Amino acid sequence: MSPKWAYSLTVVIATAILIFFFIDEIRTVSVLSFSLRYAVPLILAAMVGIMCERSGVINIGIEGQMLMSAFGGFFGAAITGNLIAGTMIGVGTGLIMGAFLATGAVTWKMDQIIAGTIINILATGLTSFFYAQGFRLPGVTPTVRVPLLAEIPLIGPVFFNNGLFTYAAIISALLLWVLLFKTVWGLRTRSVGEKPSAADTSGIGVERLRFLNVTLAGGLAGLAGAYLSLEAAGTFERGFTAGRGFTALAIMIFGAWNPIGALAAALFFGLTQGVASQLQADEVVAIPPQFINMLPYVMTIVLLAIVSGRIKPPAAVGKPYEKD
Amino acid sequence: MSTTDPAQTDLGFTDPDPRRSGPLERIPSIALPIVSVLLAFAVGGILIAFQGVNPLRAYGVLFGTALGSVDGLERVMEKSTPLILTGLAVTIGLRAGLFNIGAQGQLLVGAVGAAWAGYSFTLPAIIHLPFAIVFGMMCGAAWGAIAGALRAYRSVSEVITTIMLNSIAIALVDYLASRPFKEPDQPLSRTPPIAESAALPYLGPFPSGFLLAILVAVFFGWFLIRTTEGFRFNTVGMNPSAARYAGIPVKGTILLAMGVSGALAGMGGAVETLGITGRFEPAFNAGLGFDGITIALLARANPLATIPAALLVGTLRSGAASLQFQTGIEPQVVDVILAITLLFVAAPIVARLLFRGRSIKQTRVTSGWGS
Repeated sequence: MSPKWAYSLTVVIATAILIFFFIDEIRTVSVLSFSLRYAVPLILAAMVGIMCERSGVINIGIEGQMLMSAFGGFFGAAITGNLIAGTMIGVGTGLIMGAFLATGAVTWKMDQIIAGTIINILATGLTSFFYAQGFRLPGVTPTVRVPLLAEIPLIGPVFFNNGLFTYAAIISALLLWVLLFKTVWGLRTRSVGEKPSAADTSGIGVERLRFLNVTLAGGLAGLAGAYLSLEAAGTFERGFTAGRGFTALAIMIFGAWNPIGALAAALFFGLTQGVASQLQADEVVAIPPQFINMLPYVMTIVLLAIVSGRIKPPAAVGKPYEKD
Repeated sequence: MSTTDPAQTDLGFTDPDPRRSGPLERIPSIALPIVSVLLAFAVGGILIAFQGVNPLRAYGVLFGTALGSVDGLERVMEKSTPLILTGLAVTIGLRAGLFNIGAQGQLLVGAVGAAWAGYSFTLPAIIHLPFAIVFGMMCGAAWGAIAGALRAYRSVSEVITTIMLNSIAIALVDYLASRPFKEPDQPLSRTPPIAESAALPYLGPFPSGFLLAILVAVFFGWFLIRTTEGFRFNTVGMNPSAARYAGIPVKGTILLAMGVSGALAGMGGAVETLGITGRFEPAFNAGLGFDGITIALLARANPLATIPAALLVGTLRSGAASLQFQTGIEPQVVDVILAITLLFVAAPIVARLLFRGRSIKQTRVTSGWGS
């Protein structure tokens, strides 16, 4: 999406939100809060995609990485009786899944899409096999109210009165942007994703950096999974990531492989879902619930069809690096 | 897909490089899937042992119920039928350089389409049955063609669109079965039963759907090697820029390949509805499309090899229920075994052991995000 287009869309949406805010404050805040909660795992998962693809590795296995981490986080927290331990187990699971993809896609030079697909199938199998009923979380994750900022009308209650994972998601997007575009690591990562042979010539260990980034990105997927089971749902069900890992890849593309762009795209995505749910709850429109469920997927396809060809992915994405 | 990179769809899989292998060395390429399956069973056995059950007893139950009786064998054939077809669907895609993860969605719309065609009409069986199958295939073809058209004309990766279309199909068939196609005056969301004239009969001891699936697999084995269109599929898959230079309409071929792939998955759904379930319910058909991916990779995108691969998966699936009933092992152990099989087939772990000292070619399906 061209920046101009994105800016005009942002202005239109912001104006609409303000108008609704003056008409019905409570409902507007509730729709926006829902939208943000919906966007959190998408933001985190899109960051996973960006970190991997900026390094030249396609990660189609985000879905499986999140599912395994949601599983690890939930049962970790339920068994240890500690939410922090659960979160750490979730992130640890994500790191292991990241290293698993890195081994297949980087070290073994497997086809990256097949490697990711194996992660998804394996995660579905393992989490359903070991799934057990009767476990419960030791408590609920705390909501943190940021002093002063939370007092701002509209923005305060939506953005500054959330669970810790929500802040983590927004911070991770901002941080990843700084890291990618303002640090040596970022420059090296982008060079490895765009022209690995040049990076190699200048002394960067292409495979080492790719392995590191894909593994670390897995940790973010772990955070996304832990959010789903520990904060959003408070439970774990079989296959309950429900395709979010794939939607996140589309969000990464709309965001032009830029963390801030993807953050905006994820929020926009959440907003459409929030508005649709509210319209249905208020019975403004008699849409069958199945069509509401379809909405994020239809939107993904439509938006991909619109933007594709206009944004270029990192040049070396999907290709294992072979030294000449 | 970039046009400068040759040989993107390299169906050598993890075989030894054929340029360096003599005629006798062709044998290990069959050994790879077999060894992979055995190793996966070993890993599955460890999981079963952790649950406090003797793995040998568990596998005895699994295969005993599936293969030990006429009823069991019939069930294996019935289970394998849609799997052969979804395996073929993924195979045709792979041959044309497309990774169709959407066989599940195409199968679902095919199943509901065949159910509609099966219950809405009163026709002689000789017309009704083929019509219902073809209608299901057309539904699947249309669903696959959406992803095909987006890939061919808008350069949108079929990997993402087919996954999204799976989720859309799940919601769509749920809607159809609960509103317009719903059986009247019934609490359940399901279609009315299909007419007798649209049901797939048994031919002697064989379910006719199973025989049909085998015929289709044989047809595609011939089609890919002996026809112009099959040659185009292979060429576009192996090297799209060479295909373009050779005057092959690459975009049209991609669209056609996704359409054919979708039609095969849709046929899988149609055969399931007309031969087994007799109506459509949203809870039916779960996972059949995803098994197609495992089967196609296990069969190394060879249409004829999808038959044994699908029979293996079908045996495991049909034995899984009695495994739970008799030993208390979760039937999902089959999913784990299949995932590990896929890992061993696609990752160079087993291949390195088997083909030590020889260069290994890896499976390539896709390179980058189709731009």
